[in-house]
Amino acid sequence: MSIQTQPPDPPPVTEAPKAERAGLRERLLGGARQLVVPVLSLFTALLIGAVVIILSDPVFIAKVGSNPGAALGAGISSVGGAYSGLLAGALGNPFKDITPVTETLLRATPLIFAGLAVALGFRAGLFNIGAEGQIYIGALFATAVGINFPDLPLLIHLPLAVVAGFVGGAVYGFVPGILKARTGAHEVITTIMLNYVSYLIVDLALRQVFFQLPGRDDPVSKFIVPSAILPRLLADERLHWGLILALVAAVAVWWLLFRSTKGFEFRAVGLNPSGARYAGININRTVVVTMMISGGLAGLAGASEILGTNLRLTPGFSPHWGFDAIAIALLGASRPVGVVFAAILFGALRAGATPMQAQTGIPIDLVVVIQGLVIMFIAAPGLVRTIYRIRVAKTTGTEIFSKGWGA
Amino acid sequence: MKLELKGITKRFPSVVANEGVDLTVMPGEIHALLGENGAGKSTLMNVLYGLYQPDEGQILIDDLPVQFNGPGDAIAAGIGMVHQHFMLIPVFTVTENIMLGVESTSGPLLALDRDAARKRIVELSEEHGLRVDPDAYIEDLPVGVRQRVEILKTLYRHSNLLVLDEPSAVLTPQEVEDLFEVMRSLARTGTSIIFISHKLNEVQQIADRITVLRRGKVVGSTTPDATDEAELARMMVGRPVQLEVTKSPPTTGDEILTLRGISVLDDRGQLAVNGVDLSVHAGEIVAVAGVHGNGQTELVEAITGLRKLEAGSIELGGDPAPTDPRHVYLAGVGHVPEDRLEEGLVVGFTIAENIILNSYYLQPFASGLAIQLDAVNRVSSELVREYDVRTPSVQNDVGNLSGGNQQKVIVAREFSRPLKLLVAAQPTRGLDVGSIEYIHKRIVAKRDEGTAVLIVSTELEEILSLGDRIAVMYQGRIVDILDPFEATPERLGLLMGGAHPEEGVVPEPVAS
Repeated sequence: MSIQTQPPDPPPVTEAPKAERAGLRERLLGGARQLVVPVLSLFTALLIGAVVIILSDPVFIAKVGSNPGAALGAGISSVGGAYSGLLAGALGNPFKDITPVTETLLRATPLIFAGLAVALGFRAGLFNIGAEGQIYIGALFATAVGINFPDLPLLIHLPLAVVAGFVGGAVYGFVPGILKARTGAHEVITTIMLNYVSYLIVDLALRQVFFQLPGRDDPVSKFIVPSAILPRLLADERLHWGLILALVAAVAVWWLLFRSTKGFEFRAVGLNPSGARYAGININRTVVVTMMISGGLAGLAGASEILGTNLRLTPGFSPHWGFDAIAIALLGASRPVGVVFAAILFGALRAGATPMQAQTGIPIDLVVVIQGLVIMFIAAPGLVRTIYRIRVAKTTGTEIFSKGWGA
Repeated sequence: MKLELKGITKRFPSVVANEGVDLTVMPGEIHALLGENGAGKSTLMNVLYGLYQPDEGQILIDDLPVQFNGPGDAIAAGIGMVHQHFMLIPVFTVTENIMLGVESTSGPLLALDRDAARKRIVELSEEHGLRVDPDAYIEDLPVGVRQRVEILKTLYRHSNLLVLDEPSAVLTPQEVEDLFEVMRSLARTGTSIIFISHKLNEVQQIADRITVLRRGKVVGSTTPDATDEAELARMMVGRPVQLEVTKSPPTTGDEILTLRGISVLDDRGQLAVNGVDLSVHAGEIVAVAGVHGNGQTELVEAITGLRKLEAGSIELGGDPAPTDPRHVYLAGVGHVPEDRLEEGLVVGFTIAENIILNSYYLQPFASGLAIQLDAVNRVSSELVREYDVRTPSVQNDVGNLSGGNQQKVIVAREFSRPLKLLVAAQPTRGLDVGSIEYIHKRIVAKRDEGTAVLIVSTELEEILSLGDRIAVMYQGRIVDILDPFEATPERLGLLMGGAHPEEGVVPEPVAS
């Protein structure tokens, strides 16, 4: 026979022990790899933020024609001022004064809830843009319970008010959920529109005798009665038990997603709806349930803010937490622990912004620029990988957050 | 064109996909490139097409070294590629698709000059027997004709080396014959052809020269006369392979699956299954043959509860069959779906999670709402070992496995419980010889346990080697049911093409 062949390969040997180790190593590496894009996104955003500061620095603009060196120096020193101001505002000196840290955590609390809400949706392939509206309706429900029943004991009243917040958000998440399941209406459209509806519902409700603070013409609710107020964690700080609830919620969402049969269904539907259908999972029911839990989590953000910080409901009390939550879910790779850290980061940026402006005169809007850039880089991981020449890891599918418009 | 690949080495972070590969294709030669999935065929072709840069080695065209930095360079050098998945725009005509990217224009406003393009297309198609209506819309054309459009596209760009990636996978036997005629005609006029395949009989039939790759290396180069299919299979797999399925005559029992006049609509609302009667008994394999798209997909989906019936009824073991996938599963029906990535697996889930994909809520994998990870990991590790899935860990993402191993995960999941009925659609599509052999053995073993088995396949060899009875499906109907001894490939081919069973006459092709 005129065939030139190599000897046949030896029979495959079983590589069990080595294989197990490879599995563990892979997982650790995988975990580290997932941090690469978020961390580099933040770094790049801060870098571009610095350029923005330099270009908008009055000294830089004045001198750039005559003395570019001095202009650049001034610019760089104002970058240093801005970022150190930001850091000081967010952290301060924790050994001397705990307040900046607690303020950061206070601002992170609603962001954790809302971030978990959006992340849960992502896991099931749903793009819940409606966290903002669900926050408002959750807050409204929590307020309804919190301003009444002054004679109930705290141990009953407070949980009731918190649960009411969850229910309010869940009801408001149910609407886009059932619309999608029954009619195929895309949740991005319906949730965005329902955000506007929620603002008006709250405005209307707060003008009713049931809610409105007596003697006021503008939409302001009565004050939460003491038995429904989330207690402070430290006597002299505003930080309250909402943070503990948020961390409990993060653990609960983690368990739900990764240790429960429901979470198995959510994730199967999110990754491959036809595969989920093949497996006998009811996709429509999963969509509705996911939207309700997601809405409920967002509702808790509203409840914790009203019951712990504001102590009364006003229109516009949320500075767009529901939208920051989308960025936080993305930054946290839709993992509960990632969401917690991303929310704390965003809380720190917010908490540090005001002191920064006070010290350096650089407007708070810089923080919005940085947040926006972080979101942009997270949403375009290819861009980050190109900038830093990172080889594309094998797709694992876990990076797919949501399905497109065609779904 | 004479093409030489010399010492091509391409490394990826974890594997060497090509190692010192030499390949010479002479002008007018049909050169078959044979190898299992993952043997490095695709990598080699991507190097040739400029999609990858080789780490070592060089490409010579007509004895001159060339460097391709992208597909544009390769096309300019006269290399044409016909991918397995066609790159055509359905709502464009044949002419528009062919001129796309090399549009000819006329006038100062650069109006598209369809007439000039059309004229050349007609010339080319007449020259090589590539019968195509240049004004037909792609969406109206059968797969075989679309493939001709892809080939014309490369010829239109003056290719004189054609790479055909698994071209016969989607064709009927008759269409394969037509394709081979076209290939011979092209070769006669000096066009070189690289024919990628793992169908040994086709390679033997059409190739002038055969090069076999295994694990990124060339293991041998030969000619059809100097070898045979068994030898080629041994070279591909690295060990002797049993090409024929050995099975004893069936011992059939009770009727398990009964279809009575079922009709089913497809996704577009067209009648896809039209009044089908069929029965499958315990201990027999009924194989449904047919060209893809003749209602087999919808038939399987109806049986497995994924698609609702328009008319007729389905009985399972004498009782009305459940109508949703979960209860079909619980009634003892195993389902190997047609498209393993679309339906059979959830990519992004681990192997363990895919093993429990349709039983995650049952004991021992769940108690109440909580998933019992210990049980999940224990059972899936056992199954991975038993079904020989090659993976470092059951925690590995199923998307990282090769096609053969992915299919083994599905087989492990579906075969590892007592089944009344097994429905397997295209159980070996796109798999290598070794995996095909393995999965066929498992299917026969399941039959011998007394399971009723329904196989749907477009591969004649698979139908002939597995089926105890063979049903042929054409345009939504079962046109004939044959015993294996009376089912010759020719007869099946005619039936699959729509010939009436008694007359044996092929009607005119729908569009050509």
